[in-house]
Amino acid sequence: MDFTAALAQIKPKLGAVSENLGMIEETIRNGIDAGADLIVFPELAVTGYFLKDLVPEVALRLDSPEIAGLMELSARIAIAVGFVEVTDDYRFYNSALYLEGGKIKHLHRKVYLPTYGLFDEQRYLAHGDRFRAFDTRFGRMGMLICEDMWHLSSSYIMVMDGAKTIICLSSSPSRGVEGKSPGSAETWHRLTSATATFLSCHILYCNRIGYEDGVNFWGGSEYVAPSGLSECRARILEEEMLIAFVSEGALRRERIFSPLMRDEKLTLTIRELLRLERERSG
Amino acid sequence: MNRLPLDTALLRKLLVGFVRDEVRKVGLGKVVLGLSGGIDSALVAFIAAEALGHENVHLICMPYRTSNPESEAHARLVADSCGADFRLIPITPMIDSYFQMFPEADNMRRGNKMARERMTILFDHSALLSALVLGTSNKTELLLGYGTLYGDMASALNPIGDLYKTQIWQLSAEMGIPREVIDKKPSADLWAGQTDEEELGFRYSEVDELLYNMVDRRLSDDELVASGYEREFVDIIYRKVRDSHFKRRMPVIAKVSNRTIDRDFRYARDWGR
Repeated sequence: MDFTAALAQIKPKLGAVSENLGMIEETIRNGIDAGADLIVFPELAVTGYFLKDLVPEVALRLDSPEIAGLMELSARIAIAVGFVEVTDDYRFYNSALYLEGGKIKHLHRKVYLPTYGLFDEQRYLAHGDRFRAFDTRFGRMGMLICEDMWHLSSSYIMVMDGAKTIICLSSSPSRGVEGKSPGSAETWHRLTSATATFLSCHILYCNRIGYEDGVNFWGGSEYVAPSGLSECRARILEEEMLIAFVSEGALRRERIFSPLMRDEKLTLTIRELLRLERERSG
Repeated sequence: MNRLPLDTALLRKLLVGFVRDEVRKVGLGKVVLGLSGGIDSALVAFIAAEALGHENVHLICMPYRTSNPESEAHARLVADSCGADFRLIPITPMIDSYFQMFPEADNMRRGNKMARERMTILFDHSALLSALVLGTSNKTELLLGYGTLYGDMASALNPIGDLYKTQIWQLSAEMGIPREVIDKKPSADLWAGQTDEEELGFRYSEVDELLYNMVDRRLSDDELVASGYEREFVDIIYRKVRDSHFKRRMPVIAKVSNRTIDRDFRYARDWGR
């Protein structure tokens, strides 16, 4: 079905959970006022990104009052939000929640934790172990967190699992000043566009802005239609709430024009991957 | 090559945003920096004025008696053109009084002492004005170690530390820095007629391109030589980067506990901000 998504391109404060939650709740209310059905926040919106040893201090349990507060707001608008999750056995995950109708509809734990260049996530965080699509009021969706999307298989699995919309929560830093936008922004734009094109799905990409210790996050949140065209895009480096109209008709037409997903040979892919696994272990 | 690939409009936006965001998040609105009359500090002054408003930028020119009088004139020109507050605080009395005790001191000791004298004045004005000290070291000099530790290398925030000198020239033209300041030969101005390129022994355009390929693009020694650099030049520059690395690090702490600062006690400086 058609729905309106708000992509909240915000600037969280590093390690300031209650302040960030206050700002997120206010943004949610703005999203409701703007008539959005769903509001998407960036990766680690509740905590900020370069947490290092702050990870255990800012982590929230799924049954915490902070999460309950967000669940309550989700009675009026669906919410996708990134935070640090702590489990009963004290594992810390870079997680995203999809909240709808006052309930947790889905939890995704970031699978691919970048640990190279300026990234150091595996030092501090445990990795998730699954990609699962889930049903929402607006059709079946999949959630990915930033680096997850750089692995082709993640989006592929989500769409094979029936997702028609992929939500990607991101905290992507700028690198490269050779072009009009940061180099990392241009690469991401190609990635979201190619993913939507190959999989004929909607992509809602939400990236943060702001600076942490001199590193800046470029924003540029966007809605990419199943055609691969960017329907709307937030500004670079500026706070913004981007409102995107997600049309079921656009997906229907694209899947009729190019029935790539209909023709996809999932069983063949699985068979070949199993062969690779056998050959590697043999 | 006199240019590195660069979109000056994007870079300007990133650096202006950096100063605005990082200054305001610590609850301040003002900055102070040393203005030498050269291009690096001129560029930082312009970035700061655009980020915070010229009335919130304090520029201090701190000449010694051997400094080229043209430097002070250029510093005043920069301050006038960006509209920031300008103060002149000569360091001759402090420096001369110290070296009366050490008349045999060479140029290096004197130059370092001057750089550190200027640093103490800037940090004193940081407290006086509730202003953060902005650094003005560029990536070329930081990588080559062409600066004084705890002197001109000291600051709270450095907007231009990831820009090679060549890129400083490119951005300065975009930001409207006075032509005289852009066109003159870079100099540490420790004695009359000194120029950076003579003292370093190579041109900025050459070394910037090599550093860009070596550091940013991570070409191996063999790849650098194959692409046309003299092996000796590559070796000299590699050694300069290696041997000056101590200047780019915090002091080394002897580890005895379970959590040692910066080794296994790791927090961003923007902790809570």
